[in-house]
Amino acid sequence: MTERIINFTLNGQKVSTAIEPHRNLVELLERFDLTGARESCGQGLCGCCTVLVDDVAVSGCLYFAVWVDGKTVSTVEQFDADGTLSAVQQGFIDCGAFQCGFCTPGFVLMTHQLLKHHPQPSDDDIRCYLAGNLCRCGAYPEIIQAVKRAARAGALTPASAI
Amino acid sequence: MNQVGREIPRLEVRAKVTGRADYTHHLRLPGMLYGKVFRSTVPHGRIRGIDIQAARELPGVYRVVTGEDIKTVVADPYYGPAFHDQPILALDKVRHVGEPVAVVLAGDPHVAEQAVQMISADYEELPAVYDEVAAMQPDALVHDVLKPAGTFADLKHLKGRGGTNVALDYHLRRGDVDQAFAKAAHVFEHTFKTQQCLHLALEPFVSVAEPGDNRLTIHTANQSPSFVRVEIARLFGWPENRVRVKVPYLGGGFGGKLYIKLEALVAALSMLVRRPVKIALTMEEQFYMITKHPTTFRIKSGVDRDGRVVARSCTVHWNGGAYADIGPRVAQKSGFTAAGPYDIDNVSVDSYELYTNRTPAGALRGFGIPQLVWAYESHTDLIARELGIDPLEFRRRNILRDGRPHVSGTVLRDAAIPEVLEALAARLGWDAPFDRGSGTLRRGRGIAIAMKAVISPTTSVAIVNISADGSTTVYTSTVDMGQGSDTAYALIVGEVLGIEAESVRVVHSDTDVTPYDMGTLGSRSLYHMGNAVRLAAEDARSKLRALASEAGLPEGTNYPPSEIFKKRYGMQAGNVVGTASFVPSYKPPDSQTGQSENVTPFWMIGGAGAEVEVDTETGHVRVIRLVNAADCGKPINPGVARAQLSGAAIMQLGFTLSEAMQLDGGQVTNASLADYKIPGIGDVPPIECELVAAEQHSGPFGAKGLGETGTFGVSPAIANAIHDAVGVRIMELPITAEAVLRALRAKAGRPLDDE
Repeated sequence: MTERIINFTLNGQKVSTAIEPHRNLVELLERFDLTGARESCGQGLCGCCTVLVDDVAVSGCLYFAVWVDGKTVSTVEQFDADGTLSAVQQGFIDCGAFQCGFCTPGFVLMTHQLLKHHPQPSDDDIRCYLAGNLCRCGAYPEIIQAVKRAARAGALTPASAI
Repeated sequence: MNQVGREIPRLEVRAKVTGRADYTHHLRLPGMLYGKVFRSTVPHGRIRGIDIQAARELPGVYRVVTGEDIKTVVADPYYGPAFHDQPILALDKVRHVGEPVAVVLAGDPHVAEQAVQMISADYEELPAVYDEVAAMQPDALVHDVLKPAGTFADLKHLKGRGGTNVALDYHLRRGDVDQAFAKAAHVFEHTFKTQQCLHLALEPFVSVAEPGDNRLTIHTANQSPSFVRVEIARLFGWPENRVRVKVPYLGGGFGGKLYIKLEALVAALSMLVRRPVKIALTMEEQFYMITKHPTTFRIKSGVDRDGRVVARSCTVHWNGGAYADIGPRVAQKSGFTAAGPYDIDNVSVDSYELYTNRTPAGALRGFGIPQLVWAYESHTDLIARELGIDPLEFRRRNILRDGRPHVSGTVLRDAAIPEVLEALAARLGWDAPFDRGSGTLRRGRGIAIAMKAVISPTTSVAIVNISADGSTTVYTSTVDMGQGSDTAYALIVGEVLGIEAESVRVVHSDTDVTPYDMGTLGSRSLYHMGNAVRLAAEDARSKLRALASEAGLPEGTNYPPSEIFKKRYGMQAGNVVGTASFVPSYKPPDSQTGQSENVTPFWMIGGAGAEVEVDTETGHVRVIRLVNAADCGKPINPGVARAQLSGAAIMQLGFTLSEAMQLDGGQVTNASLADYKIPGIGDVPPIECELVAAEQHSGPFGAKGLGETGTFGVSPAIANAIHDAVGVRIMELPITAEAVLRALRAKAGRPLDDE
């Protein structure tokens, strides 16, 4: 199939690549050696492939790569670009909010989105917002604790640093 | 410096929250081909022909491979841990829908996927059997002849035979069951069933084979790298050292990624085409790989006038699917605890592993125990209610206590059954008033307790390497899939050597480097490998002392390791390598009676308590509260231990309330996360987990395994609570709203019509 040239911003860097129109966003990110978004269920039901496109969370497995042309793409790898972890990532560590870690990048990204819109979420807010992310290890109770911990920490720092 | 018992984050947390942890899922190698599998559409049939012509001609297809091609690189291409019954690709026959029949190899996975759609196969359909009890009759034979593998010590007795679907029958006899039933004041008999469900790890099965110069490297998401090496070497007729198996982190395992899954297939394919080959399953394909046994369990108990169980007979049929995988061990190992954690003098157990035309079944977080507990703890509750005895009190009267013989003949040691039971009672406030709801919302509560024996005898080998600057590295073939084994071993080494656990490096499974381990399964690693790691660290410590003495340092002085190396070698040079292997003692059970004085090195004890609210108009069950208690000995890392319990309980909650593979003519009709519902964040009730005060004296620093323990009591605790709330009994998993509503309507004399 014919490749198309796409230009987009990836974790703050302007990039350009040629890609066939049937490839999805996860495959596109693999080309940049970004593996935080993983295709698992392939149906947009598990949240493992969560990516932010123009600051909206999408399922990378259902999102065509060519659609990011001219847009801004952010992945979990943006958070520790300077070597330090975000408050959300630290909260997940402090609360032991994962086991195998395969779903964790998706949860971390969605928690960032949640806290952006609800800086002090209730339990119901958390459950509602993270309903599209599955964790087969069952770390949900710890995840709820981690989100709250991150919310408390995030309240002390500028929103951009969450 | 006390290390063991510290609550520390797992060593790999940073890699996991940043998305940089290493999984086989991500692996790409230069020149790699992607394989996509063409699968059987019939449950049982003879292959008349496979048409691969169109697929082969699709541009971009490198090669299309069938079972006959596999035979050119593996002469006898059958594998399996219990029986060599599973072909790498189907030969002559297919035995379940979804069985791999052909593979397309292409440089682009999309091309391979498209080509798979262009393959067709012609089958002569054969009669199929799906039910485990029906499979006892040899009307539809899944295999003509059974070929025992003879690999594992505990399965050496398996017999090759024909004309049957029974892969293994296990029998236990203790006391005189018939006489005890005849004398019993009350006799109760019930039959319980469980459904087919599956592990559904979020990292689906994936393996990569990389051919080298006269050798082969397999990168794989697998819980048993040492077994993979042995089995792949056996298939090729090679020595073990020509096969290298590497396992990074696993994105979930739960007993699914054990033994051989895709490894033999990618290995054979890579040898055929002399290029690296990767096969990564889709979520849908996972439904055709390995599942959890459906079961039918008929349980009968005789009880005396004082409410003591005096006789119990257990007949369990395990639906093993088309290939035995590790099912025979499930039927055997679970079989001998089928009577539960109770002190009963007269017991018979008959446990049968059956072949059927379903997706194979293997081990899933509990090795069969959750299916058994579902039956015996539901049964126990029914007896107590029928006799008008409080279910807690009834259990107190009947539980097994340390010093008493288990029905297997092994005297119980370090098994905190009373402590677990009392912890549940205390947490639930069993004696306090309880809000039973009103109107159409009724509340109830229930408890359940259980025991499990660990797999035995099994071997673990560990290496502890102290470098010249004193930094320490541990080499084991345990696979860390989130259970925290890396961290536990670091804590153990830290404790022995007096260093911080966080400073210890744990090397992941690489059979060129890490020594043998039987497998990361059945909650065995912390005990077996934990002991091996402790002994290896002690060996390193004594070798370091010997080095100090060689260097002329006075005995008893406390030089740091770096000083000792410098003194001995004149610079920062050298290593001290401590090694140890650990294999506990074991006496195989008598083949007729199942009796053994030493059947397990340790017992896992777990239980659950549940409070539920049932909507009598809809049958909907809401779990209000879930309490889990376990004996894990003295925990090495208590926070991680509690998280294991909680995660296991949540997984079992899915198997209890929602998860079930639906079958229609052997076809799975709900093979996706859209139709097969696993617990999400909104489905999880408040969960409390308690590690009771206990010690496993033979364990590393008093610890033992607990990866499975949290699953044990969840299902029957919920069924018992439902009974308590609305007076109906659910006999089959999962407990759906429909099942509860049907039971409610039947009780009210207004049964719902069948569909």
